[in-house]
Amino acid sequence: MSKHLDRELDALRSDLISQFGLVEQMILTAVRALTERRGELCDDVISQDAQVDSNDIKFEEECLKLLALHQPVASNMRWLFTVVKVNNELERMADLACNIAERAKSIEKHPGFPVPEELNEMAAGATQMVKQALDSFIEGDEDKARAVISSDDEVDRQNRIVIEILHEKMREDPENISPAVHCFSASRHLERIADLAVNISEEVIYLVLGDIVRHQHGETITKNN
Amino acid sequence: MSSTITSPENKAGSQLRTQHDPDSQMATVHMRTDKPHTEPAEKDATAIVMEDLSSWYGSFQALKSISLNVRKNKVTAFIGPSGCGKSTLLRWINRMNDTIHSARATGNLHLGDLDLLASTTDVVDLRRKVGIVFQKPNPFPKSIFDNVAFGPRLHMKLRRNELLDIVEWSLRKAAVWDEVKDRLHAPALGLSGGQQQRLCIARTIAVGPEVLLMDEPCSALDPGSTLAIEELMNELRDQYTIVIVTHNMQQASRCSDETAFFFEGKLIEMNDTQSIFTNPANQKTEDYISGRFG
Repeated sequence: MSKHLDRELDALRSDLISQFGLVEQMILTAVRALTERRGELCDDVISQDAQVDSNDIKFEEECLKLLALHQPVASNMRWLFTVVKVNNELERMADLACNIAERAKSIEKHPGFPVPEELNEMAAGATQMVKQALDSFIEGDEDKARAVISSDDEVDRQNRIVIEILHEKMREDPENISPAVHCFSASRHLERIADLAVNISEEVIYLVLGDIVRHQHGETITKNN
Repeated sequence: MSSTITSPENKAGSQLRTQHDPDSQMATVHMRTDKPHTEPAEKDATAIVMEDLSSWYGSFQALKSISLNVRKNKVTAFIGPSGCGKSTLLRWINRMNDTIHSARATGNLHLGDLDLLASTTDVVDLRRKVGIVFQKPNPFPKSIFDNVAFGPRLHMKLRRNELLDIVEWSLRKAAVWDEVKDRLHAPALGLSGGQQQRLCIARTIAVGPEVLLMDEPCSALDPGSTLAIEELMNELRDQYTIVIVTHNMQQASRCSDETAFFFEGKLIEMNDTQSIFTNPANQKTEDYISGRFG
């Protein structure tokens, strides 16, 4: 029985890694469309969402099938349970990437509006968190997962700076209000993507240690228990 | 269970106590229907203590320095591949190895204050305290009633109506009463496998044991009968300490509070069942419960 399960888990793992690549690429492309003002990239991002949605359902069905047929225990059970949750977070990340692409398209209609430089920094931080969270899952690396969780405060701080700058721009010139609101939303979506990377990292800690570390506010989660 | 039926624990206990006193051999057994038959379990109280228990069959060492505690009023599962020593351990708990001349054991094995390895231990009395149910149902070639009444007749002096009470109580407790109440004097061997196994459980609890040992009690049963036995274990855990040997990992995870994993005569890991099946500490445990060997 175990060999059958191992084969099926290997196949699922391989498909899931493809989904990681697809979602990561969608986020990076959406960020480029926003920060480099390249509206032509937006439709690519949005069109890929259907594939992510289809994979989302396929992976969930596969997990349910394996849970029902093989009734795995211990690390196999934790892995499958983590896949169900990570899969869900990935699908939401892809949706947020599409939202960012939509906002980038809207901002492009305002060529005179400068996207704040600080948003680039924040985007770099958030995309790095996504990459590291997905790597931590693939490698089963608890330390990497904890590093992602501790990075979130910095992305939150950058988000607050971007919002403050956007408020300032809106106060300077009412013409900026419409593009600044789009930019504001894009920044919020990026911040949310970073939160989902944290969620994935928390699931990785469960995968590795068997400890549920969600909702541990403050610094305890980033320390080795 | 009808509230008017007396459990055998009190009666068996009081009767056996009087039997040890020569002056009161013929003392009347008083029905104690007003009291619960089992005192509430102390939290985490220990029923069976093993310390550095080793056992041999001739020169072959079957158990290697086992130390563990079986908690009172809990279901403890012993798991491990064939030949790992789990059944041997079970057999030491009610001294079934006494019939094997080459079997010997060292270390400590206690049921409460009773030294289970001492040669002076009254084995007949021990087997009243520690009942065992085997893989294959083994009813006596007698009627259903006589199967359950066999132990009480042996251990206690009872009036006819008291014996009837005990038989009904035991069959109800073993969840087989409704199926057999209209044919109590039919041959037990005419029952289905699942009913026979529940009858054997009724026969075991009829003498008021403290501990129920179950050696793969469901491996010869269909899924419906297995479910009935598993539900029964859940019901009985309030009154008995249950130790179950099983090769069925799902059964161990469903039914037990604690699980001990044995391999090549050693206790590899013992923990609460949830921890063993979600996050075992030892790689060998993980490999076994995941079906990678054994």
